[in-house]
Amino acid sequence: MTIPAKLAWPALAVVALLLVLAPVDLTGIGIPYPGLKRYGTYIMTLWLVTAIAAMGVNLIVGYAGLETLAQAAFLGIGAYTTALMVKAGLPFGLAFAASGAAAFVVGIALGFPALRVRKHYLAFVTLAFSVLAWLVFRNEQWLTGGVMGLPDISRPSLFGISLRRHVNFYWFVLAITAALTFVLWWIVRSPWGRAFMALRENPIRAESLGIDVRLYTLLAFAIGSAYGGMAGSLYAPLVEFIDPNPFALGPSLLFMLMVVVGGVGRFAGPFVGAAVAVLLPEWLRFAEGFYLLIYAALVMAMMAFCPTGILGLVERLLAPRRRTQADPKASLLGEAKP
Amino acid sequence: MTAVLEVRDVAKSFGGVHAVQGVSFDVHEGEILGIIGPNGSGKSTLFNCILGQLTPTRGEVRVDGKSVTGLRPSELNRLGISRTFQLLQVFPQLTVRENLILAGQEHQGSRLGRLFGARDAGLGAAADRMIAFFRLGHLAQESAGGLSYGQQKLLDAAMAFMAGPRLVLLDEPAGGVNLTMLASLKERLQAINSETRATFVVIEHNMEFVMSLCSRIIVLAEGKIIAEGTPDAVRRDPLVIEAYLGH
Repeated sequence: MTIPAKLAWPALAVVALLLVLAPVDLTGIGIPYPGLKRYGTYIMTLWLVTAIAAMGVNLIVGYAGLETLAQAAFLGIGAYTTALMVKAGLPFGLAFAASGAAAFVVGIALGFPALRVRKHYLAFVTLAFSVLAWLVFRNEQWLTGGVMGLPDISRPSLFGISLRRHVNFYWFVLAITAALTFVLWWIVRSPWGRAFMALRENPIRAESLGIDVRLYTLLAFAIGSAYGGMAGSLYAPLVEFIDPNPFALGPSLLFMLMVVVGGVGRFAGPFVGAAVAVLLPEWLRFAEGFYLLIYAALVMAMMAFCPTGILGLVERLLAPRRRTQADPKASLLGEAKP
Repeated sequence: MTAVLEVRDVAKSFGGVHAVQGVSFDVHEGEILGIIGPNGSGKSTLFNCILGQLTPTRGEVRVDGKSVTGLRPSELNRLGISRTFQLLQVFPQLTVRENLILAGQEHQGSRLGRLFGARDAGLGAAADRMIAFFRLGHLAQESAGGLSYGQQKLLDAAMAFMAGPRLVLLDEPAGGVNLTMLASLKERLQAINSETRATFVVIEHNMEFVMSLCSRIIVLAEGKIIAEGTPDAVRRDPLVIEAYLGH
């Protein structure tokens, strides 16, 4: 962590407050902030939904050291599951749980190849799955509406309060994001998280220490994919119309990019990466046709000069002080290095 | 004495290469058994067959009288069998303390219980004791990857003992470690052996280390046992002198 532990909770509280107040007009209480309008709130909601899916990728790639180029497919599984269930008159809560569960189960299935292959071979397996899922979304018209998609996905109500209004839905997604963030934080700081990191750093040694590498590999895929499914479940009522395009291979690559840009294996990395992927293009709109070029150049520079991502860069800037404190201890026993 | 480990006619071939050719031996409770032999004599392959990293072509491995042939390394570890590796095998980005907690956590309660339980799986105090025992206290919060080779060797050994194993197989624990550290390592291993009655099997090239640590030595050459006995007997064996010691 780059923030000292005693400042972490107050900092988190401030961030949470700022996020809650983002769409609120504060001019009435003397603060010159008019609040985000409809489109701004929509973009913020999209950022949160994207960050949930990216958190799943971070668990699989950043913590467990595996690969996935299929997160958009899981987003699709969640989005279509929710859309179909909600349109069938089932409650959103049930649809949300079913979306997560469906992605969890399919994630386990996708995890099996990871027991045999790793690195880019595994990336290609997940890539093939991504294409397969997209073909199902596009071709199985009877179920998914094909390229025509599924329109009129209504937003849910919560305790009698309609979430139809963009601000209400934003707060709803923010609350779910907070809950899912807490759950993942709990997992990665628990002995499970340590076992996931052991998979990443040294699976052979991990196995010799009693860590069931197969089970934790499947669990990493299942939990990470379930985050994709739950993100999809929120995405469907956010956009109110889904078609296969957002669930294709390109967006899956973008999820991997988000995790890398934010900082692989750093807990807040997906939020930073999702901000770069969702918010930065909006801020660069002033550049009109050039914004994608600027965006691509920024990402290339970022990867060339700071492959550990934005949070890695921040840590590196804070690191020298810690290093000088650690060095005198390192050679106390004075033995030779090989 | 009870045999903790029984190796019966274990053989392992890789294509036309017969790395281990029908090796049998017993290891008794509380014993420190050394396995020596020239490079390529099949020592590490034999270890990997015993520990489930490789499936033997034939033969059987028994622990406490029960066959464990074909069990996975994680299953063997949960039966109380631990190991160190010839090449460094620590988790470089975790701290020394985290490495030790990781080394013992899968032996603490149920898997689901560990998810909802304490972050250190109740092993914080045990890890601190192990850190103190291996004199790594000043490095507890350092990343393992930042430690020197010898310090990582000590950590590797300490990890093997975190779960309180009955049987520990150490693959060249002295390799690349300087004399001061070596004496410390030997002293620590002897202390654990006398305190916990843990049984050790040690592969080692450092003759002084292995001869002074082990009560019995097995000599492997070309995948077969060519001698077995006390360190003194092995040192005088003409076959061993010809195949390995060379003087």
